[in-house]
Amino acid sequence: MSTNVLSRQPVMKSWLAENGSLAALVVLAIALSLLSGDFLTVTNLLNVGVQAAVTAILAFGATFVIITGGIDLSVGAVAALSAIVLAWTATGSGLPWPVATVIALVVGLACGLVNAALIAYGKLPPFIATLAMLGVARGLALVVSQGSPIAMPDAVSHLGDTIGGYLPVPVLVMALMGVITAVVLNRTYAGRAMYAIGGNEEAARLSGIKVNRQKLITYALSGAFAAVAGIVLASRLASAQPQAASGYELDAIAAVVIGGASLSGGKGRAFGTLVGALILAVLRNGLNLLSVSAFWQQVVIGVVIALAVLLDTLRRRGST
Amino acid sequence: MSDAREILRVEKLGKRFPGVVALDGVDFSLRAGEVHVLLGENGAGKSTLIKMLSGAYHPDMGRILVDGAPVEIRTASDAQRLGIATIYQEFNLVPQLTVGENLTLGRQPRRFGFIDTKRMHEQARELLERVGIDVDPRTRVSDLGIARMQMVEIAKALALNARVLIMDEPTAVLTTTEVQRLFTIVRQLRDKGVAIVFITHHLEEIAQIGDRVTVLRDGRSVEEVPATTSEEELVRLMVGRPIDQQYPREASSPGEPLLRVAGLTRAGVFSDVSFEVRAGEVVGLAGLVGAGRTEVARAVFGADSYDSGEVLMDGRRLPSGNVHAAMEAGLGLVPEDRKGQGLVLGADVAENLGLVTLRRTSRGGFVDRTGQRKAAGRVATQLGVRMSHLGQEVRTLSGGNQQKIVIGKWLLADARVLILDEPTRGIDVGAKVEIYQLINSLTASGHAVLMISSDLPEILGMSDRVLVMARGRLVGELDAAEATQDSVMALAVTEVEGARVH
Ligand SMILES: Nc1ncnc2c1ncn2[C@@H]1O[C@H](COP(=O)(O)OP(=O)(O)OP(=O)(O)O)[C@@H](O)[C@H]1O
Ligand SMILES: [Mg+2]
Repeated sequence: MSTNVLSRQPVMKSWLAENGSLAALVVLAIALSLLSGDFLTVTNLLNVGVQAAVTAILAFGATFVIITGGIDLSVGAVAALSAIVLAWTATGSGLPWPVATVIALVVGLACGLVNAALIAYGKLPPFIATLAMLGVARGLALVVSQGSPIAMPDAVSHLGDTIGGYLPVPVLVMALMGVITAVVLNRTYAGRAMYAIGGNEEAARLSGIKVNRQKLITYALSGAFAAVAGIVLASRLASAQPQAASGYELDAIAAVVIGGASLSGGKGRAFGTLVGALILAVLRNGLNLLSVSAFWQQVVIGVVIALAVLLDTLRRRGST
Repeated sequence: MSDAREILRVEKLGKRFPGVVALDGVDFSLRAGEVHVLLGENGAGKSTLIKMLSGAYHPDMGRILVDGAPVEIRTASDAQRLGIATIYQEFNLVPQLTVGENLTLGRQPRRFGFIDTKRMHEQARELLERVGIDVDPRTRVSDLGIARMQMVEIAKALALNARVLIMDEPTAVLTTTEVQRLFTIVRQLRDKGVAIVFITHHLEEIAQIGDRVTVLRDGRSVEEVPATTSEEELVRLMVGRPIDQQYPREASSPGEPLLRVAGLTRAGVFSDVSFEVRAGEVVGLAGLVGAGRTEVARAVFGADSYDSGEVLMDGRRLPSGNVHAAMEAGLGLVPEDRKGQGLVLGADVAENLGLVTLRRTSRGGFVDRTGQRKAAGRVATQLGVRMSHLGQEVRTLSGGNQQKIVIGKWLLADARVLILDEPTRGIDVGAKVEIYQLINSLTASGHAVLMISSDLPEILGMSDRVLVMARGRLVGELDAAEATQDSVMALAVTEVEGARVH
């Protein structure tokens, strides 16, 4: 028992306690490379990265929201809507692609702002506000596209390519968004305010944090990240599809929680979320390599999500 | 003390947490029909000890004997089966439920499988009457102030009819009147043979209520003495050195008025409250629980809105219900409820200490983490926060050390008028003096303090002026020279004309 304020906690032990999901990922990867000779190849691993990219980008946005103690169910739909808007304004109306891209990002951001306004000023529970937005965004995507896919402008489609025939661009975008998330969460006022609000909203308010304004920023970020994810997904497919990314919001939330965030707020990290998204992608990839039927895959993934979070909770309880 | 039979005994008890040895060999014994006081500085291990008796923690070392036989207390129901009931330092009420539901939680009276609300409220009313508070059992717990929550906690523990009743700082937020009522209950229980463990930082209470005292220091039991031991001796045992002056107030001559409150009114809560706080002053705000002191403080700070009247800083009017504007103008508030309003329990010490200054120390949206850590380290040392490192989760600090964090974050903010609502709740005698010194240096530098406290000696010892509230109104103002316990209490129980009814 000391008052020495400069001493650090035992590094190794706490690192393991906080990165339980990383340990799970490593175990999973080792198991799969033993079970299938195809798993541990560069091509396959890059493929996993591409598979993870869209979920991870959505999940980074969801991390902000979940840290504040909220939830965003609209990210999949907003992703689809943003991509459709991009394709429609560029291919359909002939706007230059950079302008179309900016418009798409603004649409995502705007959806987030509407969510936040309903939650912060309308006092709607986040679940309901974003569920409504899910419906609205998906509906608008269908209305704008009239229900059929729209080709993406070629320039943007390169986002789905690889650099030098090797390095997939989606993986780069994922890394970039991950770094942005980490910087926002750790280094910016907005990020620290998110933790405070999620940890104790009343204490945050009484400490002078403008809670409503911070929520606007949080959901706007989530919307903008969803737009990026939507554009990456559409680039890979070379066309924007109104039904794209449906159900992805749940994968995103699962990735965040597997990564160690708490749905009651105040906890979560960019790196954890990345690991969570990778676990989901590795699992799907591995089950495919092992030719497990699609039906069983769903069962296995459900079980793994439950196990991952359970293990994490147990470890935390054990360490205090 | 009719019966000297030993009910409970603790031998060489030890408990470690990651990075901390909380208890390191504690011996303690408890007899039927005695009030046994546990005394020790913040973080000495008092709460940890009682949590091992109530099944919240399990010891790593030593043993617990009940009626002479070793026992394993692994869960709260184990403790209940052994007849041990506990009132924790941090409240364990469900804020969303009503007082009645909380009091009967888990044992609600049923009728045809449904909860018999009528009988539940009757039982609750009986319990509330026993502790003597005037609260409707249908009130939601979240609508109660901290003192009433404490009384509800006490009522809840009484309902268990335990043989051993453990009370962790039950008087920390109570005013003299409630404390006396609590003592009457405690004496009745003691005379019936109930064994009581009583934790307090108010030394004057020990001789009034206690029989024996066990002193803990740094996780060890250092001494067992009779409750008649002098306060000086108790302090020496606890802190290891004497304290010369409990209230070292150095009054400075008051300057310009900084804060002016005029005709502040919220229907049914407080009305027509007007006062002034000048630079260099410590103004005490006294009154009974429920007099509306906290409500006024929150309204002044913008935490709640008000119906009419005005709050002016430096002559400029502040908008109602706007914390941010109040802070910009130089106001600060240390709230009474540290767990609910003061702390982000899951965040670490540095983060909590830096919360108020986060905006000011940010540049272009980026926070200055190194600067923040340094400042946090400085205040933590100043206040003597007992922790393993700045990254320790605040949840795992002892109650008194958590309170130091709430005060510390506002000290960093350098507010020109700092409102302190029960600032020394749960803080040990030594650390209190440190806090009073800090109040002195605030006022010496031209800042001002408005202090709400249920601890009358503290109000009298530290204030330059004392305002007294009763039933939502300001009923009097006393100068430091003329204020005495009696004169303040006489005002505090004033029947206000046309007063609101609860
Ligand atoms: N869950 C925990 N994890 C880590 N450390 C803990 C935990 N609980 C208590 N401690 C540490 O154990 C020590 C003793 O704490 P305890 O709460 O028993 O003190 P206390 O005597 O009740 O103090 P106070 O008068 O402030 O209430 C403190 O240093 C505290 O930080
Ligand atoms: Mg304690």
